[in-house]
Amino acid sequence: MEKLNNIIDKIKEKHVDAIEDTADSFGDVVLTIARKNIHDVLVDLKDAGFDLLLDIAGVDALNLGRKERFEVVYNLYSLSQDLRLRLRVNVPEDDMNLPSATDLWESANWAEREAYDMFGFNFEGHPNLARILCHREFVGHALRKDYPVMKGQWATGTADLRPDLENE
Amino acid sequence: MDQENLDNPTSADKDPTITSEIEIADETSLEDLDTEPMYINIGPTHPATHGTFRVFCRLDGEKIDRAAVEIGYLHRGFEKMVESKNYAQVIPYTDRLNYCSALSNNVGYTKAMERMLGVTITPRTEIIRVIICEVQRIMDHLICVCANLVDVGALTNFWYFFNAREKLNDVLEALTGARLTYSYVRIGGLAWDLPEGFEENVRAALSLVPKAIKDVTGLVKKNRIFIDRTRDVGVMTPEDAVSFGFTGPCLRASGVNHDLRKKHPYYHYDEFDFDVPLGENGDCYDRIFVRIEEMHQSLRIIEQALKILPGGPINIDDKNIVLPEKDNVHSSMEALINHFKLIIEGIQPPPGEIYDATETPNGELGFYIISDGSGHPYRIKVRPPCFYLMNGLKHLIEGHMVADIVAILAGLNIIAGELDR
Repeated sequence: MEKLNNIIDKIKEKHVDAIEDTADSFGDVVLTIARKNIHDVLVDLKDAGFDLLLDIAGVDALNLGRKERFEVVYNLYSLSQDLRLRLRVNVPEDDMNLPSATDLWESANWAEREAYDMFGFNFEGHPNLARILCHREFVGHALRKDYPVMKGQWATGTADLRPDLENE
Repeated sequence: MDQENLDNPTSADKDPTITSEIEIADETSLEDLDTEPMYINIGPTHPATHGTFRVFCRLDGEKIDRAAVEIGYLHRGFEKMVESKNYAQVIPYTDRLNYCSALSNNVGYTKAMERMLGVTITPRTEIIRVIICEVQRIMDHLICVCANLVDVGALTNFWYFFNAREKLNDVLEALTGARLTYSYVRIGGLAWDLPEGFEENVRAALSLVPKAIKDVTGLVKKNRIFIDRTRDVGVMTPEDAVSFGFTGPCLRASGVNHDLRKKHPYYHYDEFDFDVPLGENGDCYDRIFVRIEEMHQSLRIIEQALKILPGGPINIDDKNIVLPEKDNVHSSMEALINHFKLIIEGIQPPPGEIYDATETPNGELGFYIISDGSGHPYRIKVRPPCFYLMNGLKHLIEGHMVADIVAILAGLNIIAGELDR
């Protein structure tokens, strides 16, 4: 815990105003990071030993009464220090751009594609931000709270099904 | 003639009338050979993909030049579906994530929920969960390793491992009533206690596992064909493995010592005596033998757990989480009301969010659960270990032969159920 606090203090010193909120969620530390600082904070955290990006989760906070509608949650783990850390970035509905972490971790590639597919986040700098679980003709984003749970969509097209190998 | 002479025939071996023509033909054909890339699909339905997904390759000869991996063919919308269920109803859906080790998924989800609710399960349930998780680890590794061996052409081993797996399946069938989707674990406990004779049955079934492993390793460990197909095939360096988010046996095969059972012990894993096997090269061979060694370690854990299995209740005493005994529901007004309220309203954890992970056979299975205080989960995000293993597949197969795809793919143990959710 002390190690984690030291890392967080260093981030606070280096990026003033980057950490909007520090919360304790059932024993886990959750930092809310300003969207404009998220990439810099991720770079510094990776240098500080958080070498494993476990997961990126999108959240549609439509019914939670929070400041912004969407959130992106990064789950980080430090293999050398056995620490967990969660970062949260608030993303407004009318501007869903945020920087991609694919230059830091390979695991961000598919994780960000899934978050895009399910919620519509635009990860700037991602090499191939395409749908990953839903099909190409899918309209909308399935995990948004205003997408009806029973609404299915058929894949009918016979258009070019050859993936783009150069940008994949 | 031995191999060396075949490659470098001496003048005495040559037939002077034909060899010169062949040499000339070879030189010209290589220079003027008209080559163009060939595009092939492996999948979406292919016996060697162990699930439905597609690998699209551009081939240069028989070498994979570029590849694109496409998933989603088994996407059911797990995360969307569970938002309209209550917390207890999610458990059967978790069975269908990694269907080779459904009980590990049950435990992963219920452990996250119990931490969120702030309850501690009974000592007996903790040890039973350790036993069923380790039995499932053995079963998952058996199916992964034998399928991997079949894919590289060693068919006999499939039956050696499936004999043992079948007996373990019988034990779990006697325990849970199902053979694939068990749904045995409940939030705050278990569906019911162990049946009579469980300990003897599980010991008898597990006694077949070392023999099966011995038979299989005896056939493959020093087998030239097997070594050629798996050694230095699909090598993942430790740095790449971490960058791709590998966890579990695939990460340990690359030599990174990370096991949640040791690093963040739950259910008294720190009190059990077991080792974490590590690989050296991170190739297919290491991934297979790390799994085989993990089975030995799981056997040790189960043996210790059976020795210390305590008595006592299996469910916690909390009427807001666990359903009352059926006899009481029929005879007591209070129990009937509790039963009714729990069925209609469901378990209501406090508002907030939690990420909790367990070490499942494939790696770190995480559940990120957001509660808004109602009886339905606001959002459940699964962190399936397969998803990140599959992300690394493209990196692993590019530059290899077509035939290596199946060897690499099976070694990662891709389960489409949890990959696509």
